[in-house]
Amino acid sequence: MYRFNYHKPDDMAAAQQMMADAEDGVYLSGGMTLIPTLKARLASPTDVIDLSGLALSGIELADDSLTIGALTLHSEVAAGNEILSLSNLALAIGDAQVRNRGTIGGSIANSDPGADYPAAVVALGATINTTAGAIDADDYFQGLFETALKPGAIVTSVTFPLPGRAAYEKFPNPASRYAVVGVMVAETNGDVRVGVTGAGPCAYRQRNFEQALADNFSVAALDGLEVDYTEFNSDIHASAEYRGHLVGVMARRAVAQII
Amino acid sequence: MEISLTVNGTEHTTDVPDNSLLVEIIRERLNLTGTHVGCDTSQCGACTIHMNGRSVKSCTVLAGQADGADITTIEGIGTVDALHPMQEAFRENHALQCGFCTPGMIMSAIDLVEKGKPLDERSVREGLEGNLCRCTGYHNIVKAVLDAQDKM
Repeated sequence: MYRFNYHKPDDMAAAQQMMADAEDGVYLSGGMTLIPTLKARLASPTDVIDLSGLALSGIELADDSLTIGALTLHSEVAAGNEILSLSNLALAIGDAQVRNRGTIGGSIANSDPGADYPAAVVALGATINTTAGAIDADDYFQGLFETALKPGAIVTSVTFPLPGRAAYEKFPNPASRYAVVGVMVAETNGDVRVGVTGAGPCAYRQRNFEQALADNFSVAALDGLEVDYTEFNSDIHASAEYRGHLVGVMARRAVAQII
Repeated sequence: MEISLTVNGTEHTTDVPDNSLLVEIIRERLNLTGTHVGCDTSQCGACTIHMNGRSVKSCTVLAGQADGADITTIEGIGTVDALHPMQEAFRENHALQCGFCTPGMIMSAIDLVEKGKPLDERSVREGLEGNLCRCTGYHNIVKAVLDAQDKM
């Protein structure tokens, strides 16, 4: 690892000041992506600002939503809450040790194309709460590792509206457990949202699936629907065309779970 | 920077470079070399320890992140004369060959059993997904963990 200065601020204001003062700073949450990146010398920040001293952990239930603090561990979300599909998603992230360190805020701030949480953020229509205001799920993911998060801003929590019914299905890379493709289908009062991760540069909504399911919430409703894979990821694990195929398969499996 | 951490019940305060890893502190400062570094890319799990009661990969934790933490390593769970039930089960079931992955396997397996959910073969295999073994084919490791869950 390149040398860097390590900081552990006690409060939000101090953390943001450290970022402002740093020549090339980076926030550290659980570190499950950032630390391997630093070790592989794929990044060389001058300052690493560890957010673990901030009080941003915990799950809070309101009348019609669930708010999860940014520092809440995957294992804590996986342990169970009012959104079963979200617990199941968290339980399928990485392995036990990764789930014991990785956080929802870190995952969403990083926006890895193969991360699981972004599918839920998009499908459940979540709100990303940050130190620079709230961002709607539909505006948040903008590209490969690119989000609407403002420079220096910190994700503080994510608010998920409680869905009527929802399910997540993924085709995991057997070694890393990252999603080759992951799809969450959510239905609330007739409104259907389909969030896809792993396939493209960032999470997105599969709108033609949503329309078909809104008309007829069944596995068969998805038969023969096209997925435009021209901009999809292609790597040693799966071609863009294969990922396009998997979007349909995972969506059908998710629907089958909840009808 | 100076960090303080409790390792196997003993408190240590030590001055470390900002970019040091927890596993480096455990192995090179405290000379607790039972915790192994296998892949150094957070895949193999040979470096698994318990940090504040949870299994974590110590090659992917910065020393600063462990400041104030309560750490248990493989040296802290049993002695040669009085093995931990999980260590005993690994011995009884021939759950190791070269032994390199064993400290991490045992630390993960203890956390898995201590979570308290009843385990079957599938849940043990899923629970140990973060630990790689290149000798045994896992069969006897799974057997050992199932054996140990009744004795812990």
